[in-house]
Amino acid sequence: MSAKITPVIELLQKQFSDIDFAPAPLLEMEDQSKEQWCVKVGADKLMAVMSFLRSDERCAFEQLSDLAGVDYLNFPNAKDRYGVTYSLLSLSNEHRLWVKVFVNDPNPEVPSVVSIWHGATWMEREVWDMFGVRFTDHPDLRRILTWEGFEAHPLRKDYPLTGRGERENFKVITRESA
Amino acid sequence: MGLASAGSMPYQESKEEFLTTKLSHLIDLLRKQSINWSRKNSLWPMPFATACCGIELMATGASRYDIARFGAEVMRFTPRQCDLMICAGRVAIKTMPVLQRIYMQMAEPKWVISMGACASTGGVFDTYAVVQGVDQFLPVDVYVPGCPPRPETLLEGVMAIQRLVDNEGMINSKDRERGLGLVVQPTVQVEVEKGAGK
Repeated sequence: MSAKITPVIELLQKQFSDIDFAPAPLLEMEDQSKEQWCVKVGADKLMAVMSFLRSDERCAFEQLSDLAGVDYLNFPNAKDRYGVTYSLLSLSNEHRLWVKVFVNDPNPEVPSVVSIWHGATWMEREVWDMFGVRFTDHPDLRRILTWEGFEAHPLRKDYPLTGRGERENFKVITRESA
Repeated sequence: MGLASAGSMPYQESKEEFLTTKLSHLIDLLRKQSINWSRKNSLWPMPFATACCGIELMATGASRYDIARFGAEVMRFTPRQCDLMICAGRVAIKTMPVLQRIYMQMAEPKWVISMGACASTGGVFDTYAVVQGVDQFLPVDVYVPGCPPRPETLLEGVMAIQRLVDNEGMINSKDRERGLGLVVQPTVQVEVEKGAGK
């Protein structure tokens, strides 16, 4: 295990002894100091864990460098449908941690981390737009890439690549009408 | 006059009538020629550049290829001053209404070049978000092939538009009066006090 992140994970396990974090490296590498580690959290415990990671000075993850959604439909050995991945970076302690949350249909909901990292606003809107994972307590959960009124969530694996006719749905302008 | 007397005797043109007809024909021809000539040599493009085709469009405007040789160097970013829409690049579903609005705002007479594979057919972007050819929803005059087309190809497209303009009969004002199909409703109502102006 990477020397820098070990104390953080041990701290997490000590603080939240009821959660199985299942810590694992994203990719096993020869040089273990370069490995990046990932912990898994349930949606109900996410806010407690995230607040701890942000506020405790031994963790001090000041920056949420990325927030992404994943659809695990037809993914080998996947138990849950949707995943939301948080990439945390601590500039003062110089370490990184990945946090994953899994949610399922029919009502995929994850608490919003906007109150902890304000930069999550647009990223959470993007995940809502593309995957339909709803973020509770988000201050302004509108679609960000498609328009209001667009019904689907296009990055879901069961959404057809060529769409459901959205690209055909315009008025036709002829030489006479223009 | 000719139809009424058709049965009995052939219609004979008087000398004056003959001269007037020929003269008006000649004036019409000159007007058509000169107006078409000026139109085709002063096409002002509307650069609707959404992707890499736009870079080639810029190269076409730059000194090496120099679209000014064809009088089309005046790229205007307001549709009111343009008569040639160059649709360069893929058009996303959110951009299509914008493109249509810009086209409708252009002044008559107007022409459209669909530049490159994406604008003409959607190209490799066969996804929900990309319109598969702007000609489904807009009247396109000339398609320029390529991915992206070289500046020479685009110049060929502009020359094709010039030939179109040259061969097109001059549209008379009655035909041209089509309107934009846009209706602007007044949204502000000024309340006038009772008894004002008395």
